[in-house]
Amino acid sequence: MFIVNDLHIGYAKKKRQTTVASNITFQTKPGTFMAIVGVNGIGKSTLLRTLGRMQSKISGEILLANTPIEKYTAVEWAKKISVVLTEPIASKNLTVIELIALGRQPYTNWIGALTQTDNVAIEAAIEKVGLADLKQKKCFELSDGQLQKVMLARAITQDTDIILLDEPSTHLDLFHKVHILKLLRSLAHETGKTIVFTTHEIDMAIQLCDAILIMGKEKQSFGTPKALQSAGIFHQLFPEDTVIFDSKTSTFKVNK
Amino acid sequence: MATKLSYRISFLVLLLALLLAFVLNISLGSVSIPFKETLNTILGGQTQQDSWNYIIWNYRIPKAFNAILVGSGLALSGLLMQTLFRNPLAGPFVLGISSGASLGVALLIMGSSFLAGLLGFGFINDISLAIAASIGSFLVLLAVMIVAARVKDTMALLIIGLMFGSITAAIVSVLSYFTNAEKLQQYIYWSFGSVGNLSWPQLSILSAIVGIGTLMSVIAIKSLNALLLGENYAQSLGVNIKRNRLFIIIATGLLAGGVTAFAGPIAFIGLAVPHLTRQIFDTTNHKVLIPAVFLYGGILLLLCDTLAQLPNSIHILPINAITSLIGAPVVIWLLIRKRKMIF
Repeated sequence: MFIVNDLHIGYAKKKRQTTVASNITFQTKPGTFMAIVGVNGIGKSTLLRTLGRMQSKISGEILLANTPIEKYTAVEWAKKISVVLTEPIASKNLTVIELIALGRQPYTNWIGALTQTDNVAIEAAIEKVGLADLKQKKCFELSDGQLQKVMLARAITQDTDIILLDEPSTHLDLFHKVHILKLLRSLAHETGKTIVFTTHEIDMAIQLCDAILIMGKEKQSFGTPKALQSAGIFHQLFPEDTVIFDSKTSTFKVNK
Repeated sequence: MATKLSYRISFLVLLLALLLAFVLNISLGSVSIPFKETLNTILGGQTQQDSWNYIIWNYRIPKAFNAILVGSGLALSGLLMQTLFRNPLAGPFVLGISSGASLGVALLIMGSSFLAGLLGFGFINDISLAIAASIGSFLVLLAVMIVAARVKDTMALLIIGLMFGSITAAIVSVLSYFTNAEKLQQYIYWSFGSVGNLSWPQLSILSAIVGIGTLMSVIAIKSLNALLLGENYAQSLGVNIKRNRLFIIIATGLLAGGVTAFAGPIAFIGLAVPHLTRQIFDTTNHKVLIPAVFLYGGILLLLCDTLAQLPNSIHILPINAITSLIGAPVVIWLLIRKRKMIF
């Protein structure tokens, strides 16, 4: 669905341009569960924000369904892509169901009245993510993991081909990390949605993802975890004196 | 759904309360008129004394309508600001919007003595007063908006509002040094805030302004709800942020500026009413909040005005004193129960 060609991302302030990452090229098929990994500050979030049209690219092209993403109107775009960001929501006084229902905004009328179709979509998302017990809770009463699931349910409710998530597993314990990532993976495979997320959990990405984009200072590598491993890319990810990649077990180890 | 029914009941109660506060406000005043006679007059009957009829129709009823418009308009503008700035302490008074209006009016009333000589105009009427107040509040609102885009800190925004208040106070004190006593008094009376002294034609202008602002708020309901998630999320839901933000700012400027022009800077209604309403209705959905805040604002200001006119005495307290006595504790309570600072 996504075709990204020679993309350069960064920030343009007045006449000064700061390029964060360059030469990014990859393609995704429907149902792809894809991770974007790389060290802190390498531009993972910038890439995700650029893909989500929250900031403009510097050069290159991003095609969605063979159309440049800039061509979509605001509402068309909202029906194609939903996002889960790291920034906290403005009002934590919303109830879980109110928040999830907001995902239907691209489809509702001028005042946002929910139809039967909308309610079915909302209930389906709540069931999929397993939030039935929390429906009437206020967001400030939820734990980080619960809130992350609510945000995911909202994105599912938006009924888009693509879901972009910025560090969905950060701040969660191991169990909840695995839980969220497995949920995302099954969602991608069952519904054919393309799910792209940034993460620091490279171990888990290797085990769970269909494709990984590794962002580095000089070059970006994209491929299946297996292809990347046989190309020896993982070995170059971190400085060898701190973290080494063990090819046998496909895990990273601390170099003592 | 059960919630829909309970909303309906709550709205019915609010409407009844508004009606009750309206009648109560009309029946009490410096001249004692029996309650029965008041009702009789409102319903179009004859009264024992013609003067009562005159007082009620030409003084008390316009004042009560004005109180509703002022209260509703301010409360609504407060709600819009709280959502737009993602700040539970936002309101026309706290963010300096009222100060902006005051500055506009101060420049017009007291500065006109210089300008009159230079430009050859010296008339101050309600229209020019309204325009000056609206321009002043709109400019401050724009300034706050620009600052808000740069600083994400909610507290910084409030301090900026405070600074605008200080700047206004400073300019007013400089102006008052050069102006004559009569003009200074005119300004000070205006700054006390009052819902009285409005004729029917003036009232119709104010109701048009508040009407347009309210209509715009209703149109903005969907994007206001999306903004509860923050601007990036709202954008991802198909909301055109730039256009909607400007639309909401204009609505806010009309409501806060228009009201302040006619009634003077009235404190705390805009800040406190949205919070009180959220407490009662227990929702953040603007589809419920906008009509509820509108009704609640009207009721509260009617009651404040009833208190301010000190029934059966010739004294009238400045309405600002009453709204501050009620509003300031609400803000303190909000700060103490930090959890409820969420909006």
